[in-house]
Amino acid sequence: MPSAAVLTLDGVHKSFGPVQALAGISLSASPGSILALLGPNGAGKSTTIALAVGLLRPDAGTVRAFGADPVAQAAATSPRTGVMLQDGGLPMGSRPMEVLRHLSRLYPRTRDIDEFAERLGITAFAGRTVRRLSGGERQRVALAAALVGEPELVFLDEPTAGMDPQARLAVWEVVEELRARGTAIVLTTHTIDDAERLADDVVIVDHGTVIARGTPGALVGAEIHGEPVRRLRLELAQRPEPVLQEALEALAARHGHELRISGATVTLTGKVSTTAVHELTGAVIQHGSEVTALALEQRTLEDVFLDLTGRSLR
Amino acid sequence: MSPAANPAAATGARIRRVLAQARFEALATLRHGEQLLLSILLPVIILIGLSTTGLLDARGLLDRMGDPAEAPVALVLPGVLAVCVVSTAFTGQAIATGFDRRYGVLRHLATTPLGRSGLVQGKLLAVLAVLVVQTLVMGLVAAALGWRPSLPMLLPGALMLLLGTAAFLALGLLVAGTLRAEATLAGANLLWVLFLAGGGLLVEHTGAWGAVTAALPPGALGQGMRAALLEGRLDLAAALVLVLWAAAAYLATVRWFRWS
Repeated sequence: MPSAAVLTLDGVHKSFGPVQALAGISLSASPGSILALLGPNGAGKSTTIALAVGLLRPDAGTVRAFGADPVAQAAATSPRTGVMLQDGGLPMGSRPMEVLRHLSRLYPRTRDIDEFAERLGITAFAGRTVRRLSGGERQRVALAAALVGEPELVFLDEPTAGMDPQARLAVWEVVEELRARGTAIVLTTHTIDDAERLADDVVIVDHGTVIARGTPGALVGAEIHGEPVRRLRLELAQRPEPVLQEALEALAARHGHELRISGATVTLTGKVSTTAVHELTGAVIQHGSEVTALALEQRTLEDVFLDLTGRSLR
Repeated sequence: MSPAANPAAATGARIRRVLAQARFEALATLRHGEQLLLSILLPVIILIGLSTTGLLDARGLLDRMGDPAEAPVALVLPGVLAVCVVSTAFTGQAIATGFDRRYGVLRHLATTPLGRSGLVQGKLLAVLAVLVVQTLVMGLVAAALGWRPSLPMLLPGALMLLLGTAAFLALGLLVAGTLRAEATLAGANLLWVLFLAGGGLLVEHTGAWGAVTAALPPGALGQGMRAALLEGRLDLAAALVLVLWAAAAYLATVRWFRWS
């Protein structure tokens, strides 16, 4: 049975002048789970976090963290909350360990900073000021800064942006460990890897509203007659002639697939069977063209977003 | 008993957080090269320069400022301490806060148990701590140049420094919270120069310009410091000007300060 939510947003609206950033967002986060807010830049993810941590007041709707209003009752919520903001929030003239030690003095509980810094690889660049760190290094310090007070609710805004693969793995490990310890984690990202790898639940946001929610598996495996949706991608030697295009469209319609042709790339989405693969490749060859590459893949959250909005996440 | 259920423990924890923030900001200021130049080095240069080169004398300003028999440094020190206030509470804080705002430091600290009010209180304490260091350094340099402090000057002098700090810190935060970081950098440095050149910090102006500067924070602070350190009295008019400017700047800051 899932634990009671430590964060709830219910029907939250927020506008900045004439621009409506959020139009009725509702979501919740529970202990020991990772909620990913997925959406393109400007979708309203960062505004959602700013409201959840008490940096902004909603125009309408309610925000509660640990049952309290994060603006009016910040003294009750902030000691239990950790925040990694997208812009880092690190003083440029200070060294990473100075920042972490200082922040640890602001929280009632604190973790072993030296051990944590070692684990995130921060000690390797501890002698430099934040100003002289790369984007990925700053992200690691910002992550440590969010977690230094042993929070029960953590907000991570684009936590792996600018990181190399090794650093990203280290972050994933830390986040998974937090979940195992019962921390509720809210992750905003437009990096599909993060959401697919980490999230227990995904909320897809666009234009300030929730357009889909569910587990990553349920979202990408949206079924057709109980079968998972797959995607067949064919790379042709050249852009298909109109005759071939018509043949491919007829085949796709017959099998109930969705067809996209972009240049020499043909993508078929749906319950793609081996029969469909044979017929499609046969049609290509029959019309004098050639298949240079073929891949049969599961759909990704990127595809889900594309299907829902007709736009890419990036 | 948790701090939330124990008001005394909660207050103690809050004070510790504010002191931690003040310590962090004060150390950051004292270790930062450009801030040190602005807060310590330039005031020391001004103090030594004006006390030893006869520049004030050449312009006939010593006669206007006090007893000609007094060591020139005694006439220069009040203005230099006023410069210290402007350097640390206004220019230094405006620039530091402006860039902290741009890099999200203010937003991040606002989400911690320190909170927004704790952050502002920490800044005020940090400025006062740096001002104590500045006052000690200026006092020692002035003493080496022949200045002799007296007891009556201490209380009005300390009060004027506090009022000046309140007014200039509120103005500095107003600038930092409403302008872009680059504009704050340029504007705060430009104002520092203008205050020194003609704002009444170092020398008192006469005539119409004197009346204008006396109603502005740098003129009021310079005038109040001279009254305190040269005559051992509290200049009530100057104090009132600083209180009004502090209140107006505080209200404007609360109204218009943007945290991001």
